[in-house]
Amino acid sequence: MKRALLVLALMLATPVAAVMPDEMLPDAAQEARARAISKDLRCVVCQNQSIDDSDAPLARDLRVLVREQISKGRSDAEVRDYVVARYGNFVLLKPPMEGDTLLLWLGPFAILLLGGAGLIFWQRRKPVATPDAAPLSDAERVELDRLSN
Amino acid sequence: MKRLLFILPIIAFAGLAAFLGFGLTQDPKELPSQLIDRPLPEFALPGIVEGGPGLASASFKGEPRLLNVWASWCSACPQEHPVLERIAQEGFPVYGIAWKDKPEDSRAFLARYGDPYSGMGSDFPGRTAIDLGVTGAPETFVVDKKGRVRFKQIGPISPEVWEGQIRPLMQKLRAEA
Repeated sequence: MKRALLVLALMLATPVAAVMPDEMLPDAAQEARARAISKDLRCVVCQNQSIDDSDAPLARDLRVLVREQISKGRSDAEVRDYVVARYGNFVLLKPPMEGDTLLLWLGPFAILLLGGAGLIFWQRRKPVATPDAAPLSDAERVELDRLSN
Repeated sequence: MKRLLFILPIIAFAGLAAFLGFGLTQDPKELPSQLIDRPLPEFALPGIVEGGPGLASASFKGEPRLLNVWASWCSACPQEHPVLERIAQEGFPVYGIAWKDKPEDSRAFLARYGDPYSGMGSDFPGRTAIDLGVTGAPETFVVDKKGRVRFKQIGPISPEVWEGQIRPLMQKLRAEA
């Protein structure tokens, strides 16, 4: 029984976000928006974590700030712009499509296209089928019969 | 033509190697500041001594200054400190913001290492630092006569950075109208 309970408890274990109860907004809908925004904002200290995941003090400050902005009635886009104005597009884990991020967004497709074009070109250049072979001579036919019997 | 095609992958590889090699010389931890050529965000901070003078963004006018964001808990700050003292001795004003630091800790740090600052504000809540786009301590902003940020140093100012980059910039900013 104990073991079953333990296994059950382990199965229920999920990664825990860094958000502390005292940071949360009383309004569940607003808190959900804050969580969604936080998941898209990069922690500038640890860089490969979102501020929702990070325990860094600066990430906490930013989480509190996001919630503060939401309580003031700002829209999701306004809250994001507020943070971007201070830290740049780098804080967005999904950067917007702009002049200097075009390579990032389109690069993989460009390489795919180039590769595909190269492959087709290569295939076309291959000699098509082999020319008609000369019919077997009598000696060859005899040899073939001997081998196949 | 056929021979040229044969070396195409080699050229592609060399190009990729050069591109990635260049990437290795860049530090991805250094984020470009959003504030360059823009006015210093507004702030009015209390000082680290109760009842003493604080620091306000409005006072950053008239002459170029350095604004150093530091903290007593910051491990690179003691290393940077002698350079800041030297900068002050050379006659360039250095102002400070103690970031997420208890005023008594900031005071103890300055008592131990010396105080090169012409003015000090305490940003214990860390809100001004976010407005400044600070990602860690120390960071230093060069603010020109009109109160615009012209340069941001991420990490401690080394003697080389001071002599090679920041001092020439400060001299240039002093000469500006």
